[in-house]
Amino acid sequence: MSTILPPAPGGSVAPNDPAIDTGRGTGLWKDAYLRLRRNPQAIVGAVIIGLFLLVAILAPILAPYGGDELPGRTAVTPTTIPGPGEIDGFPLGLDRFGGDVLSKLIWGARASLLIGVVSTALGLAGGMLLGVLAGGLGGWVDSAIMRFVDILLSVPSLLLAVSIAAMLGQSTYAIMIAIGVSQIPIFARLLRSTMLSQRGADYILAAQTLGLSRRTITMSHLLPNSMGPVIVQATLSLATAVIDAAALAFLGLGGGLPQTAEWGRMLTYAQAELGVAPQLAFLPGACIVITALGFTLLGESLREALDPKTRKK
Amino acid sequence: MLRVIGKRLALLVPTLFGLSILLFLWVRNLPGGPATALLGEKATPEAVARINELYGFDRPLITQYLTYMGKLLQGDFGVSINTGRPVLEEFATRFPATVELTIIALIFAVGVGVPLGYLAARHNGRLIDHGSVVLSLIGITVPVFFLAFILKYLFAIQWSLLPPDGRQDPRMDATHYTQFYVLDGVLTGEYDAAWDAFLHLILPGIALGTIPLAIIVRITRASVLEVQNADYVRTARAKGLRESTIRGSFILRNAMLPVVTTIGLQLGLLISGAVLTETVFAFNGIGRFLRDAIFGLDYPVLQGFIIFIAVLYALINLIVDLSYSVIDPRVRVQ
Repeated sequence: MSTILPPAPGGSVAPNDPAIDTGRGTGLWKDAYLRLRRNPQAIVGAVIIGLFLLVAILAPILAPYGGDELPGRTAVTPTTIPGPGEIDGFPLGLDRFGGDVLSKLIWGARASLLIGVVSTALGLAGGMLLGVLAGGLGGWVDSAIMRFVDILLSVPSLLLAVSIAAMLGQSTYAIMIAIGVSQIPIFARLLRSTMLSQRGADYILAAQTLGLSRRTITMSHLLPNSMGPVIVQATLSLATAVIDAAALAFLGLGGGLPQTAEWGRMLTYAQAELGVAPQLAFLPGACIVITALGFTLLGESLREALDPKTRKK
Repeated sequence: MLRVIGKRLALLVPTLFGLSILLFLWVRNLPGGPATALLGEKATPEAVARINELYGFDRPLITQYLTYMGKLLQGDFGVSINTGRPVLEEFATRFPATVELTIIALIFAVGVGVPLGYLAARHNGRLIDHGSVVLSLIGITVPVFFLAFILKYLFAIQWSLLPPDGRQDPRMDATHYTQFYVLDGVLTGEYDAAWDAFLHLILPGIALGTIPLAIIVRITRASVLEVQNADYVRTARAKGLRESTIRGSFILRNAMLPVVTTIGLQLGLLISGAVLTETVFAFNGIGRFLRDAIFGLDYPVLQGFIIFIAVLYALINLIVDLSYSVIDPRVRVQ
C-alpha cells in the first residue's frame, strides 16, 4: 500500500459531496463508479445496453426462427406484406422476403452489436498503439504519426470507411475493419494529447527523479493516467460504429444475402415498401436509435464521472 | 492576415501529398487491380493487358505515381467508368445541387439550433432546457437515412405536403443557368420554378441538418451556460447596462466562438450525410453520384471525390479559423 498516490485526473474528491467524501481518498475508478451509480442518465444507458446485450447473447433461445430463415415465404405476395399481428406466429409481421421480423430484429441485435464492438476494439487498439508511440516517444516519431493521422482526418470518417470497405471487398469483416480503421485517428489524437498534457505533471517528474526508464514511465504512469478520455470516447464510438455500420449497409457494402438479419440492411430493403409497410423501416431504425442512445448516455455520464471539468455544478 | 492564410495553405501541401500517395496505393490495391477497376469486373484478359499498357500500369510504381500526380496537378481526375465523362465535369454539374442542399441544411441547423440552445441555457433546469437536451440526444443518434425515411413517409407519402423526391417537378419547364435551381428561378423571373425547387429542398434539408442541429444546440447551451455567469457579465449588470445589450454583446458574442468552430467541423458530417440523404430523396447531387460510384465501383470518381473533399474540408476549416478574428478581436492580436 503506497502512501504517495499520483494526483489522478478527475480523482479529486468534491469536499461538499457527502456521498463520496469518505474522509479517505478514493481512487479514480471507484469515484467514477460511485458517481455513475447515482446518475439516472448512466443507469438508463446501462439498462438499455444490458438489455440489448442480453438479447444478442440469447438470440438462439429468444428468436422463434433463425436469422436467415424465411418461414413466411408463402404468405408474402408481390402486393401484400403481412404487418404486425396480421398472421398468427409472426407478432411483428413479415418482411418482403418472408422473414419473421421479430426474429430478424433479435438476430440483428447480435450482428449490429458484434460489428460495433469489434470495430471499436480495432479502432481503440490501433489508435492506442499510435497514440502511445507518438505521445511516449515524441520527436520525429510523433511528427510522422501525427502527419499520418492528419491525412486520415482530412477525409470525413464515413467516406474513409467506404473507401476501405470498397478495397477489402464484400464481407462483414471488411465493414468491421473499415469502421475500425476510420476510428483510429480519433483515438490516436486523443490519447496523444492527453499524454502530452500529463507529461509535465509532478508525478512524472517524481518518477523521472527516481530514475525509472522512459518505457516504465510511459507504460506504467503516463498511459494509465491518460486512459479516462479514451474510454469515454470508446463508449461514444460504439454508438457511431452501430450507426455507421447501418449507413455502409445502406450504401450496398458488407456483402451477404439481402435477407441477412442486420438492422442496417433491414432498413435499406424497407425503403421500397415505405408506403405499404412502414413498420419494416421503423422497427430496425428504432433499434439502432435506442442502442446508439444507450451508448451515448453511458459515454457522456462516464465523461462527467471521470472529468471534474464537465461535471454538473 | 495574408501570412496566416499562406502558412495554413502551406501546411495543407504535405497532407494532400500524403493523401495522394494513399489514394494511389488504394486504387492499386482494389480487388482486381486498377485495370479491372477501370474496365469493370467482366473485363477480358486482353482488354486488361491493353489498359495496363495504355495507362502504364506495368511500369515501375514510382513512374506511375509521378504520371498520376502530373495529371492531378493539371486538374485531370480521369474519366468516370459509369458515365464516360470526365470526373471533374460530372462534379461541376452536380456540385451546385449539393451546395444548395447543404446551405438549406445549415440555415436550418444554425437558425433553429442557436436560438434553441440559447433559450435552453437561459431557462436552465426548466422544461425547455430538458426538452432540448433530450431532443438533441435523439438527434445525434438517429441515422441520417432513417430520419430521411421518416420525413419522406410522413410529409410526402402520408400527408402529401411536400414532394417525395427529385430537385424540381419535371413538368416544370425551367431554364437553368447556374444549376442552382432556386437561384435560377429567381434570376429568370420564373418564381414558380424557384418555389418548386425550394419545396424540394425542405425535407432533404431537414434530414441533413438534424445532426448538426443537435450538436449546435448542445454546444450553444453549454457555451452560454459558461459565459452567462462570467465576471464581466456581472460587471456589465452592475454597471446597469440594458439587459438586451448584455445578452447580445456580452453573452451571445462570447458564447459564439465554440459554436463557430463546431459549425465548421460539421462539414464532414454534412458531406457524409449528403451521400445518404440525396440517395433517399433521389436528389441529383454529388452525394447521390458518389453512392452510384460506390455501387458501380467507379474508382476514378471515388478517388477524385476524396481529394476534392479533402481540399474543400481544409479550405472551410481555414475560413472558420479566420472568422474567429471577426468574432473575437483577442485572436487578431496574436
